[in-house]
Amino acid sequence: MFEFQFFVEVLVGGLLSGVMYSLVAIGFVLIYKTSGVLNFAQGAMLLFAALTFVSLVERGVPFWFAIGATLVVMVALGVAVERVVLRPLVNQSPMTLFMATLGLSYVIEGVAQLLWGTQVHGLDLGIDDVPFEVGGVLISQFDLFAAATAGALVAGFALFFRHTRTGLAFRAVADDQFAALAVGLRLSRVWAAVWTAAGTVALVAGLLWGARLGVQYSLSLVVLKALPVLMLGGFDSVAGAIVGGLLIGAIEKLAEIYVGPLFGGGIEAWAAYVVALTFLLLRPSGLFGHKLVERV
Amino acid sequence: MLISKSLRTAALAAAIAFGAALPVHADEQFFPLQSYRVGPYAAGGTGFFGGFIDYLNLINIRDGGVNGVKLTWEEGETQYEVERGLEVYERLKNHPGVAAWNPLSVGIAYAMIDRITKDKVPLITINHGRTDSTDGRVFPYVFPLLLNPYSETSGIVNYIASREGGADKLKGKKIVVLYHGSPYGKETIPIYKLLADKYGFSLEQIEVPHPGNEQQSQWLSIRRAKPDYVVLRGWGVMNPVALKTAQKVGFPIDHIIGNVWSNSEEDVIPAGEAAKGYVAITTQASGAEFPVLQEIIKTVYGAGKGNLDDKKRIGSVYHNLGIVNGILNVEAIRIAQQKFGKRTLTGDEVRWGFEHLQLDPTRVQALGAKGLFHSINVTWDNHEGDGRVTFQQWDGTKWKAVSDWIAPDWAFLRPIIEKSAAAYAAEHNIKVRTSDDTALSQ
Repeated sequence: MFEFQFFVEVLVGGLLSGVMYSLVAIGFVLIYKTSGVLNFAQGAMLLFAALTFVSLVERGVPFWFAIGATLVVMVALGVAVERVVLRPLVNQSPMTLFMATLGLSYVIEGVAQLLWGTQVHGLDLGIDDVPFEVGGVLISQFDLFAAATAGALVAGFALFFRHTRTGLAFRAVADDQFAALAVGLRLSRVWAAVWTAAGTVALVAGLLWGARLGVQYSLSLVVLKALPVLMLGGFDSVAGAIVGGLLIGAIEKLAEIYVGPLFGGGIEAWAAYVVALTFLLLRPSGLFGHKLVERV
Repeated sequence: MLISKSLRTAALAAAIAFGAALPVHADEQFFPLQSYRVGPYAAGGTGFFGGFIDYLNLINIRDGGVNGVKLTWEEGETQYEVERGLEVYERLKNHPGVAAWNPLSVGIAYAMIDRITKDKVPLITINHGRTDSTDGRVFPYVFPLLLNPYSETSGIVNYIASREGGADKLKGKKIVVLYHGSPYGKETIPIYKLLADKYGFSLEQIEVPHPGNEQQSQWLSIRRAKPDYVVLRGWGVMNPVALKTAQKVGFPIDHIIGNVWSNSEEDVIPAGEAAKGYVAITTQASGAEFPVLQEIIKTVYGAGKGNLDDKKRIGSVYHNLGIVNGILNVEAIRIAQQKFGKRTLTGDEVRWGFEHLQLDPTRVQALGAKGLFHSINVTWDNHEGDGRVTFQQWDGTKWKAVSDWIAPDWAFLRPIIEKSAAAYAAEHNIKVRTSDDTALSQ
């Protein structure tokens, strides 16, 4: 009985960790879906958002005002990226665009340190991280809060994309860029909206991850957690990012506990990639990604 | 006659003007600094190199240098990356009067050992580096001052024993070591096994993959194992995440003992309330109440030459480590000057100074560092110098000492270190020094 309880505890912990991975992955999906760009700078944006927020709070700016101000900064960053980096590179190969975002991530990290310094900061969102017990299983309050926040974010995006003009334009562009252009949609405006949305996701994810890890340079490394999620769930599916995150979170924790001892431990980082690679071989578009069919 | 006088005057004026244009080369001792002020480890780098430079500045401003020899330095940014560290080495190694290298990076230090040995300049790896470089018979130019990883391990076990009421009380206890998944993290695996055998405690060692930003499964394993203590051998983001996850699984924070790279403000502040009560080992106390710190504040920061931008960091763990490192470097030069003369020394002469760096508590007090660190006793074959350790507890805003100065079990460790050094010597074809070989260039 105790072993089963422990298994459940590992599973629940893994699923809740997976929600945090999904949060980062959603930022990737939003941009990839509309522009075909794998935005490697998503981690740097997350760092920039968290660092901006915490620096404002430490300078005496009230909590909610700091959130609003950071959101404005992230929107400005998103629009600037679209204008300065992506628009001049339109019609370039996916590899060129990927390399541009790779370079962009270094620039954002550098500017973040230049503006806000290199010190490590604590971030308190006012949510206690003390566990409570359900049937002998410990559950983290903070993780539940993070899961609820992620759920609210996804629900908010779903409403936005279904019931607003910009959302509908986004879906049209995601379905077929050329058809969207043909009916008069302005691609650049949609892209700017998408980068703004990605900036919002970066802010939410940055605050939650920042409260977990502290706000520091290594925050940008959380992108590495999102990559197997994307490989598993598909690069262009929000649902895939969520299910992929949950699966990767659960699998890596269970693998570390039950398979890790056979290899001397420390396997969860690469175990997630083994699973993701296996999925990639069996289903290259991921669980929920669109299959690419080309006429030749 | 008039022409002659005019010529002489013109010649004199030209000579004075020419002389004034030339730089005056007083005796100077140079420190090349492979610092890291940007990148993921910048918080530690700015503190350590800030403290080091603050102390060098104090010596220059207050004393006019070491016996008139001015201390100079130049920084090269490494971002903690090995290849950049080596670039800085190659760029600065030919600067006149290089005293010693102080990279504060395991990776850069490892990559420099062959180079500094060939160039005959000391490499200082305070509190870190290869454990077997303690053996000066095999590593004549490497100095893991105050503490090597094995001494640290022994110090932590001795501290746990003192909390339990004696070494005999360790029998039957359970200790989990949570270590960073890197060569640094893995270095102490064998010594913990030996100490577990010696004292009869049961041991489990659990790896956290780099960078350590996710530790749910490791802490659930710890919860299942129900250990009496967890030793945290972390680095960077792994440390606050460990403390927060420990809270998440309900493990008592004051039974987590951090190692020397898990003991700074940067490790606990991001963990917030979860870190309150956490205990960690250190070789130097925190705080700015020590006379040497007060002098730095008055003399260096008072003159607007302080190196830290944020004055609240004066007296922090990394800043004080940098100051202690400065004291040890400066005193090695001072000791070497007594033998070789009050002038710019060669690296080999400074190495001799380090091999005679013996600062007892009386001398430490005279340097204004009583309570900041205990003492050091470096010899030609013991390059660590028998540093003592103390333990500090985080109260939510600052570290407080919770132990006396504790001595690691050097007698137990020495044969293990010598065995490892002998294997290194055999592998690299190194002639092992004897006490007859301690003169220069040996």
